[in-house]
Amino acid sequence: MTFNELKKNLKKNFGACKPLRLAILGDSMTQFLAQAIRGAGYTHRLDITIFEADFNQIDRQIQDIRSDLYSFAPDITLIFEAGHKLLQKFNKTIVNERIKFAENQINHMQLLVDTLQKNSQTKIIYFNSAEEDDHVFGNFANKVPLSFIYQQRKLNYLLTEIATNIVDFHICDMSSIQNVVGRKAIFQPSIYLNSEMLLSLDILPVIANSVLQIISSFYGGVKKCVILDLDNTLWGGIIGDDGIDKIQIGGLGIGKAFTEFQYWIKKLQQRGIIVCVCSKNDETIAKEPFKKHPDMVLRLKDISVFIANWENKVDNIKLIQQTLNIGFDSMVFLDDNPFERNIVRQNIMDITVPELPNDPADYLDYLYELNLFETTSYSSEDTNRTEQYQKEAKRVEKQMSFTNENDFLQSLKMLAVVQPFNSFSIPRVAQLSQRTNQFNLRTVRYSEKDIKNFSESKTYHTFSFSLEDIYGDNGLICSVILRDRNVNELFIDSWFMSCRVLKRSMENFVLNTITNYAHDKGYKYLIGEYLPTVKNVLVKNLYTELGFNQDQTFWRLNVDTYQYKKCFIKTKLLEL
Amino acid sequence: MTRAEIIIKLNEIFADIIDEGPVYLSETNTSNDIEGWDSLTNIQLIVDIEKNLNIKFTSDEIFSWKNVGEMIDCILIKK
Repeated sequence: MTFNELKKNLKKNFGACKPLRLAILGDSMTQFLAQAIRGAGYTHRLDITIFEADFNQIDRQIQDIRSDLYSFAPDITLIFEAGHKLLQKFNKTIVNERIKFAENQINHMQLLVDTLQKNSQTKIIYFNSAEEDDHVFGNFANKVPLSFIYQQRKLNYLLTEIATNIVDFHICDMSSIQNVVGRKAIFQPSIYLNSEMLLSLDILPVIANSVLQIISSFYGGVKKCVILDLDNTLWGGIIGDDGIDKIQIGGLGIGKAFTEFQYWIKKLQQRGIIVCVCSKNDETIAKEPFKKHPDMVLRLKDISVFIANWENKVDNIKLIQQTLNIGFDSMVFLDDNPFERNIVRQNIMDITVPELPNDPADYLDYLYELNLFETTSYSSEDTNRTEQYQKEAKRVEKQMSFTNENDFLQSLKMLAVVQPFNSFSIPRVAQLSQRTNQFNLRTVRYSEKDIKNFSESKTYHTFSFSLEDIYGDNGLICSVILRDRNVNELFIDSWFMSCRVLKRSMENFVLNTITNYAHDKGYKYLIGEYLPTVKNVLVKNLYTELGFNQDQTFWRLNVDTYQYKKCFIKTKLLEL
Repeated sequence: MTRAEIIIKLNEIFADIIDEGPVYLSETNTSNDIEGWDSLTNIQLIVDIEKNLNIKFTSDEIFSWKNVGEMIDCILIKK
């Protein structure tokens, strides 16, 4: 989309969009950036109300707690300090001080971030800076710590370093954007001289899109799974016709493109993206390269669900969706064949189907640019997700061997660990809060900082549930946050559970646990609330089914008369 | 390009950027005469004219125009 098209979005009806408050603080003119972001918000179904500080007010707005910024109470604050402004600052720095330029800058940035986080609940997105080499030292600048480019790169590095340690603080990678489009595309000097505008109109949609990808990921809009075609997508040629020794993969010629593509998929898989295969092929033949070809990067152990048959891909993808139990909107389908892409696109509304270029050599650069896998969190549990889904497939297999559901559940020998939130579980709980769409009663998204606050608060009671069975550990799969409503009533502020553990009587176990807790602490009632979203129909009747009584828009359960619900999960006591 | 052709092209560009219906420029018009032509849309207009006519204005030129006619003078030199 062009900037002008984004601007035209501003006149559209934002009725069905989710409202959001965004503050923009910049050291140059940001009106266009604001318009581009609000316009791009429309395509992400977000109605973004923007507070824009006059330019060069970053310090004042943040350090004065009575400023307009704080009274606006943004959900998100965007801080944009332009690389060119950084250069101007550097120019005015006396030579002896230049060697400490990046350090002084980062200390100041850290101060701003700390102040902002201390005085408000806002998430922060900070732009790093697009490099601008003044060529005062030529290439030799790399050996001169007091050169601008040395200090600018150092600053960008220091920014990523502090970002790894601060929650709810994110970087919009302007430097990376400029690497792709080039400096001439990002900065138009004649316009800058006339307007104090440091971003070209052409680059605004790219930047706005990048910001929106970060913002969407805050609210659960992340991709969790990539589904791959095989022939001419994962390797060159057709395995059924060419045979295992003729397909193109490996260090030679066009095979190189597929090898590098597979390494990329492998890195996604290691990051926690679920990798599935959906191919029109004979299953035995399709699996052969994964088992035997020496140059294959991906192996069967990397694939969570492998479907190769002659059915249509729409049905097969629906089957994958049912096995994984995640939304279509969190899936990406990669196929070289435009016909298959169109059929899938037309029949499965929300799935993302990139228009892969004709030449496999272009696959990666094209996919890099789409930036499909934005995320706001990464925890160690992500790395073994593939294994967990493979175990799930085994459970499904076992389940089919039992005629009685209860016998099956009994056979799993499930054990749960229940704990209040602690420093180990907080990142995972926050991640679950942001990602869980289906089994989520109120879908209030909490950040790591929020979760940490609850764990320290006296009015909140927190529970994390981990589940293991004979097939292994599912990890932390459920959280409940209770809040004092009054001396008699505990309100279920949040209850979200990973869909991996549906139909295992986990909800009964959870309710038994929290009712027991409420009883011990002398509360009389648990109060639940269901807030509908487009995705949580699954739990629409949960409170009725669990025996709660309707109380206006809430649900009420008497703790004293509660009958423990049947479940097949035992509590595992932690060895101290 | 003739002056008349340029005006027709400018009318299209102005209408697209300002987005408040058709625009009929005359040579004596300044930003005061055209609804929606402010310092912000002016930047968009310049960039769009450059792109559409495949020309580049210098920063001096952008500063110098007092009305539509002078803008056209400048375009004519380049086209």
